[in-house]
Amino acid sequence: MADTENTDPAGEKPAAVPSQAPAPKPPAKTPAAVAAAKVEKAPPPPPGPPDQAAPADVSVPDYIQALQAALPGAVTQVSYWVGDWTVIVATPRLLDVAHDLRDAAGAKFDYCSDVTAVDWPTRAGERFDVVYCLYSTSLRHRLRVKTRVADGDSVTSVSGVWAAANWLEREVWDMFGIRFAGHPDLRRILMPDEWQGHPQRKDYPLEGPGELILESPQEWLKLRQSFNEAEIE
Amino acid sequence: MEPDVARPMFDTDELVINMGPQHPATHGVLRVVLKLDGEKVVDADVVIGYLHRGVEKLSENRDWTQIVLLTDRLDYVASAAANLAYVETVEKLLSLEVPRRARYIRTILAELQRLASHLVWLGSHAMDIGAVTVFLYCLRERELILDLFEEYCGARLTYNSMRIGGLPQDLPPNWDKKVLQFCDIQLEKLVEYETLLTHNRIWLERTKGIGVISAADAIAVGLCGPPLRGSGVVRDVRKDEPYAAYAEMEFDVPVGTNGDTYDRYLVRLEEIRQSVRIIRQALGGLPEGPVMGKVPRLIKPPAGETYHANESPKGEIGYFIASDGKSTSPYRLRVRPPSFCNLQALPQLVRGHLVADVIALIGTIDIVLGEVDR
Repeated sequence: MADTENTDPAGEKPAAVPSQAPAPKPPAKTPAAVAAAKVEKAPPPPPGPPDQAAPADVSVPDYIQALQAALPGAVTQVSYWVGDWTVIVATPRLLDVAHDLRDAAGAKFDYCSDVTAVDWPTRAGERFDVVYCLYSTSLRHRLRVKTRVADGDSVTSVSGVWAAANWLEREVWDMFGIRFAGHPDLRRILMPDEWQGHPQRKDYPLEGPGELILESPQEWLKLRQSFNEAEIE
Repeated sequence: MEPDVARPMFDTDELVINMGPQHPATHGVLRVVLKLDGEKVVDADVVIGYLHRGVEKLSENRDWTQIVLLTDRLDYVASAAANLAYVETVEKLLSLEVPRRARYIRTILAELQRLASHLVWLGSHAMDIGAVTVFLYCLRERELILDLFEEYCGARLTYNSMRIGGLPQDLPPNWDKKVLQFCDIQLEKLVEYETLLTHNRIWLERTKGIGVISAADAIAVGLCGPPLRGSGVVRDVRKDEPYAAYAEMEFDVPVGTNGDTYDRYLVRLEEIRQSVRIIRQALGGLPEGPVMGKVPRLIKPPAGETYHANESPKGEIGYFIASDGKSTSPYRLRVRPPSFCNLQALPQLVRGHLVADVIALIGTIDIVLGEVDR
């Protein structure tokens, strides 16, 4: 890996040594040790997003005020940053909020642009942010809805509200391991079905697991083949 | 055509067949598991991920400037569009002012890219349906665009043509004249494609009434770009949320009426005309000045999150980026891939049609698997 070579100070020394004599290599580091060394060097990530409050001279749009009036207590926080409005919603109320945002006269968020998640492993309590990017094709405004969820907990699926969320939620499940309750077809989408782990989590190594394939290829093959046969039947 | 799947003539079993991932008409490594009743499609399951390279995960371990290279490899027939969307998102996070000349040149590059992408789409779509000549014609004009890009940035496919805060370099001398020349050629040749296809009886029978999706369904299932406009929804990020220099350009957003494959074809052909119109305006009013804004040497956006969308040739390409304000790479980068969201509608489109129409429908939604799988 180019990265580890560049950051490894021992990697630059062999250039001065005559090319015939191979320089003594430092003891091989395990990927975990390299990762740990990197983490020590880099400043620790913050435990969560800043979710800046709106400045005093920016007024909260009507559709957020209407949402707060229609569903008191559902919106726990309103945030504004570089022109984007975000509402942070209590997870149990998510479906109500989604229905209200889609159907309310002043909101009409009929288009779900994107569903994604952000992993904040050091945050106390809820580890993940699930982010919904909404757009209204008739009123032409945008809103982001965010909800926080702990590892192992599930979020209510909004694929019944916006059909577009179907695959997007599948991807969030695949990449983060967040379950969506009530999703019609919650399978992995980008990774193979027998994949272990969820790659976009911060504690998932960049170079992949690699262990099962390298250590016991037979077992890995067996796992794969058993899966393929089940699929054909 | 009304889908009629319910009444088989004979008592037959449903047949499950695999289309792809190695199939010439799936535009890459797309696998579609079709459930057939005779030759009619009862249901389809789309299997993707064969080209997954973990671009989003890689981005969390690369510098902000290095990620432009990764975006090249998403939609590899329209990499300038992905470049533009990414750098604009970072500029939004940094609250950077981009010089007006740079915004104009970006608009020109994005529109040339749209032409190139639409030409690849038209050529391959027509070839899937059986009109091989169109493919040769389209690639002939696309070659001219690739030459223009090569002259500008040295690359023909993965351009790396944008920088955070501006552009890597100004236009080469006489480049604008060549672009104007190309615009004339393109409009002239567009008539040739239309002569071959628009009133061609085979083309009409293969595309009219195939894969009809209503405006409401198209919005609900998250279609974007030309497939959404083909259903009559006036939605174009260039108009609705103007970026680059689109606010200063005059152009129309073509929409279809029936939401079938033929209308999506007409929409894209008209978009080629509109793109030429935008390029001519932008070149005509190209302001003088620098092409690079004042960018800090070390790019480190303040902590915060944003989502920014652009209109790529395939549809709405968006980036959701979370910055932690401390490290030199994004904390989280999410690509909203238009091809992925459009592909989601495929099962809905193919139900009730023939197997041969599946080929036409994969073509009409214009997917690039590099972007679907990331």
